[in-house]
Amino acid sequence: MEFAHTQSIAVNDVPALPARDLRREILSRVAAGWRVLALCALPGQDGPTLAAVCGRDRDGRLSFHRSVPVARYESLTPECPQCHWFERELHEKSGIVPEGHPWLKPVRFAARCCGIRPEPGVTDYFRIHGEEIHEVAVGPVHAGIIEPGHFRFQCFGENVFHLEISLGYQHRGIEAMLAGAPDARTPHLMETAAGDTSIGHALAHAAVMEALTGQAAPPRGRAIGRVALELERLANHTGDIGALAGDVGYLPTMSYCGRIRGDFLNMTAILCGNRFGRGLVRPGGTRHDLDTGMLRVLAGRLEAARRAAFGAAQLLFSASTVLARFEGTGRLCADAARDLGLVGPPARACGLARDARRSFPLLGADAKDIPLSLHDFGDVYARALVRRLEMEASLDFVDAALAALPAGPAFAPLPAGLPPGRLAVGIVEGWRGEIRHLAVTGPDGRFLAYKLYDPSFMNWFGLAVALRGQQVSDFPLCNKSFNLSYCGHDL
Amino acid sequence: MLDILAERLRQGRRTVAFPESVPDLPPRYRGLPTLAPQSCDPPCASCAGVCPTGALGRDADGLYLDLGRCLFCGACEAACPRGMVTFTRDHRLASSTRQGLVLRPGLRPAVAPLEPGRRRLFARSLKLREISAGGCNACEADTNVLTTVVFDLGRFGIDFVASPRHADGVAVTGPVPRNMLAATLSTFAAVPDPRVAVAIGTCAVSGGLFAAGPEAAEGATPHLPVDLFIPGCPPHPLTILDGLLRLLGMKTP
Repeated sequence: MEFAHTQSIAVNDVPALPARDLRREILSRVAAGWRVLALCALPGQDGPTLAAVCGRDRDGRLSFHRSVPVARYESLTPECPQCHWFERELHEKSGIVPEGHPWLKPVRFAARCCGIRPEPGVTDYFRIHGEEIHEVAVGPVHAGIIEPGHFRFQCFGENVFHLEISLGYQHRGIEAMLAGAPDARTPHLMETAAGDTSIGHALAHAAVMEALTGQAAPPRGRAIGRVALELERLANHTGDIGALAGDVGYLPTMSYCGRIRGDFLNMTAILCGNRFGRGLVRPGGTRHDLDTGMLRVLAGRLEAARRAAFGAAQLLFSASTVLARFEGTGRLCADAARDLGLVGPPARACGLARDARRSFPLLGADAKDIPLSLHDFGDVYARALVRRLEMEASLDFVDAALAALPAGPAFAPLPAGLPPGRLAVGIVEGWRGEIRHLAVTGPDGRFLAYKLYDPSFMNWFGLAVALRGQQVSDFPLCNKSFNLSYCGHDL
Repeated sequence: MLDILAERLRQGRRTVAFPESVPDLPPRYRGLPTLAPQSCDPPCASCAGVCPTGALGRDADGLYLDLGRCLFCGACEAACPRGMVTFTRDHRLASSTRQGLVLRPGLRPAVAPLEPGRRRLFARSLKLREISAGGCNACEADTNVLTTVVFDLGRFGIDFVASPRHADGVAVTGPVPRNMLAATLSTFAAVPDPRVAVAIGTCAVSGGLFAAGPEAAEGATPHLPVDLFIPGCPPHPLTILDGLLRLLGMKTP
């Protein structure tokens, strides 16, 4: 069943298909240019059912499909690789078996349904055998102030044949805690799902709640939320450009960006008191408004940060030693990115025109004016350059939005209580890419299931593919050029 | 080369004057809460169920606020019609003891410097191995920021190192969920004695939001001998720096 991304639908209006028909439906949509935005198991009285959401970038249409209760079905992955991580996740979570999946391993090591819970990281890894092949294992605890995850490289000399990424160490049980919500914890769980994307996830949750209740945030609150989203993007893109500089030993840009990133975080703190935007965005708008004094301070700081950030980036992109390390490293082709369903800067760096700000704009936010930043080299250079271009677009957007903030309240509480038996999807383009939330309410008007997909969920495998044929020593650089979230994946 | 020098001049010197003075914190910053001295009898229950982590409560001695569980969201301040809870802009939140984070009227958390033996060893050089254990990357980011030119952690002799074998202690962020427990314990075990353990952020102190979740995530406190508790969601970089300096017996404003 098709619907607009800002609407909710009644789950019972959607026919429960046999798994074979659901599979055919998804494959025919993907062949027609739709993307699989979610594929998961929903709890049901007679056992778990399959549910899928597809989306079309051209006009922001969504489609929802569900199956009758199933125990096993023919895996979509061999024909539609973008489903591979979804299928691993739904198998781990519900026990439904996608038959013929080529690598049905745990993604979070949190299974309860299949009997014994595996120890994190204990699974069959891909191995290449041969006299001169060696294996490098890294993590879970890494050498910097970074989140934990386990990486295994199959190497021939310095050359990486394959990288396998095993996550789950950060699993905190967020989706389990959201069953039966919303409650007092819910907005905080959203803001800490991936703490560096607090605004993005809070906005996606707001979009879900607004679609379910049918009431949008007031224009002023929406505009402030959108500004905060771009400030979050600016802070993180600045940090990424600095970190990329650091990984090739180019210290000037690294040290400047470390500071400028903080300048953007401090602008978010002007909005709400917290550098990560905690407590700002809630369903129904923003909990803080802006006065003219704050707007003046923000305008001045934005101008200064713009100059400083572009000055720092200019040094980086004009240094031949840097370009020699960026260009051609960790290259992904557009076909691979499309097949894997990548999102965000790594997809746009391969020339894929995917940006939820344009395809799925938030209710009340006309974001079509954000220009798409694309490149087509697909390498570390392209991923860095796309970030640099997006910073410019975001700064222009923030300047314009603050200069013309709509009048009226910033916050209007949504009607209490959610309608029973409905489904809604929230899609927001966070700084890492497309954030997707999917909620289904039960007969009591509480969440029967709430699924969160951080862009990292789609992109981790992209990093693994980008590293094929690269040197082990280029892993930090490739990794930084994706800069994915561990906790956003592990939830 | 000349471009680099010119840009260096334009970027300027950015290191904060701390600990000589406290840099400006944003007007809406929520720091140390205070509880009003009057009794809130008869209890009006306006704040009941408002706190997402159950940090605010009442017992025989009256109202208390457990900073170790507090997300600093300000929901209790907004809910209380009598103004019993007020969030100030005081960034000093660290405590040497878990119990010291349980605020009552007139109390504030305090840091006692390390005992002379460890203080002599670490006061001029403290190397920490950071362990992110279920952290959401906010505490991690605001710990990492201490190493930038803004806070320049190295000038105090403190640094974060890559290996626990090179470290004098660990700094834990995150609620230490089940899947990170073994790695957290082995990392700490790999640090040679004598050593210190620091819990950064409300999750690391108590598990925060996730203590009530299904992954047995109650922070570092039940697993490691924590010397310094730094609450916040996430704590401001100044809060972390202030706590570390006071643990080493340095004067801070």
